[in-house]
Amino acid sequence: MTTLVDPSAPTAAPRDSIGVVEWLRTRLFSSPGNTILTLATLVLLWFVLPPMANWFVLDAVWWAAPPEVCRAAEGACWAMIHEKHRLIIFGRYPYAEHWRPFVAMLVLIGLIGTSANRRFWRRELAVAWAAGMVVMGVLMWGGVFGLTFVETALWGGLPLTLILTTVGIVVAFPLGIILALGRQSQMPIIRTLSVAYIELIRGVPLVSLLFMASFMFPLFMPSGVQISSLLRAQVAIILFAGAYLAEVVRGGLQAVPRGQVEAARSLGLGYWPTMWKIVLPQAIRMVIPGIVNSFISTFKDTSLVAIVSLTDLMLAARQAVGDPAWRAYGLEGYVFIGLIYLIFCYLMSRYSQRLEVQLYTGRQRL
Amino acid sequence: MSQAQPQTRPDGAPIIELAGVNKWYGQFHVLRNINLQVGRGEKIVVCGPSGSGKSTMIRCVNALEEHQRGRIVVNGAELTRDLKKIDQVRREVGMVFQQFNLFPHLSVLENLCLAPVWVRKRPRREAEETAMRYLERVQIAEQAHKFPNQLSGGQQQRVAIARALCMNPEVMLFDEPTSALDPEMIKEVLDVMVGLANEGMTMVCVTHEMGFARSVADRIVFMDKGEIVEIGTPQEFFNAPKSDRTRLFLSQILNH
Repeated sequence: MTTLVDPSAPTAAPRDSIGVVEWLRTRLFSSPGNTILTLATLVLLWFVLPPMANWFVLDAVWWAAPPEVCRAAEGACWAMIHEKHRLIIFGRYPYAEHWRPFVAMLVLIGLIGTSANRRFWRRELAVAWAAGMVVMGVLMWGGVFGLTFVETALWGGLPLTLILTTVGIVVAFPLGIILALGRQSQMPIIRTLSVAYIELIRGVPLVSLLFMASFMFPLFMPSGVQISSLLRAQVAIILFAGAYLAEVVRGGLQAVPRGQVEAARSLGLGYWPTMWKIVLPQAIRMVIPGIVNSFISTFKDTSLVAIVSLTDLMLAARQAVGDPAWRAYGLEGYVFIGLIYLIFCYLMSRYSQRLEVQLYTGRQRL
Repeated sequence: MSQAQPQTRPDGAPIIELAGVNKWYGQFHVLRNINLQVGRGEKIVVCGPSGSGKSTMIRCVNALEEHQRGRIVVNGAELTRDLKKIDQVRREVGMVFQQFNLFPHLSVLENLCLAPVWVRKRPRREAEETAMRYLERVQIAEQAHKFPNQLSGGQQQRVAIARALCMNPEVMLFDEPTSALDPEMIKEVLDVMVGLANEGMTMVCVTHEMGFARSVADRIVFMDKGEIVEIGTPQEFFNAPKSDRTRLFLSQILNH
């Protein structure tokens, strides 16, 4: 006898959860090859993890202590960070005035944090940035309101790194967009210039750009004109980042369907409104990962300004471990700044992921 | 085949005039000596086998394609390389595309308001009121705040028509507006187009919808291999086609 089954009756989905043992068996020991790999990995971890734990945590000196204590200990000397952290973070900036770059840094981070929220993408934000820049300038340079003057040559550490990165990105991004548009221009001169610029700058290492900006550029300037090495390095970073961003943005421009431009033009929109309102919003949305990748590169590339003797975070750390008493603990210094770089890069990366999700939800799915 | 002359001359000055228009893609001669005049309020349907140059021809009318020889005059302005003039013509000529080409990052309402605000410099509120009126006319007002990808193809094409109408154009060009639609959505778009025709809009439609051509067109232009083979009223075209090529085309599209 057969029973009639209603084909439209809901059926339960098969259970897809499995026990721990089953999970281990299917995931780690499913074949002889996998079993060998699993065992080999376990052995490797057995040898590597304990020494790592010992060095980083168990045998480390965590508290403030003189170098002798560290010498007696087997592990990392985090006491060195305790001793030198202000030197690492603020570089050669006058010790008594460290609060100034500290506040400037907070202002900058505050501005970036605010800008990250799309609700605040309004005209007021530009005003806030302008005001913030003035405040930061006053704090960093001083010379007014009873603040002592501090020349840019003494700026250093994390604030310098953040300023170079932020200004670099903020100026290089529009530059990149203009270059990308220029590269697609109908006008041969503009196209040629854009291509030449991009290929020239991309074909040269940032180090040599920095050298040129620092040592060659002054030769061409009329005597008496002084441009600080900070500004010169900043310009080099902008020029460099702009060329890379241009290529990322161009990728996005090419991915926008032709019909979008045709529709905009057939409505009577001119070149700039078409680009600004129709093409760029779609193009940039498509290449957010590439753009953030460029931003992260720029952030880390700022460490190269050390070669033109700007004391960025990297060089500040190196100088901090120059102290003979702590010379043996340079590694800890690098781990420390590595952690700082990692935190900022991770935040950028997370933000880009969030932005992508926000911008794609319920919208473009071509 | 020699150039066919328009059978019924439009009254008054033509709003679109193509005279001896030629265009090449590299070696390929895509438009051959096109002569066509469209009168104010006239409805023209352009048909012909694929690759015959129909789309290219109407794309030349708002300078999405450049023609290399001949004259195109739209609403009193001749299309040359003068970008100002091109933009001036485009403002007065609405275009509807096969692929809709709505702006996917903007809501339906923003799609409609963009050009009136940026090109005509209308205040936003006024542009939105106009936009809502046109959305109601294409019966899609309730979707105003959705994004294009949330709409069906038929709805998207109706939005695209409304978007073009918001610029209050003198002429509407349709480039195979129903070819990318699922069959059940073709009627809703054609209904909108028929309504538009009844209101006296000047229309040039490239389409394979022969029912629409029969009932709406004042004249039908048949193109093949880059040239206009014949121009006639629907009656002449369907009942007494003059050329063999037209007869062949008609037998292919009507007998299936």
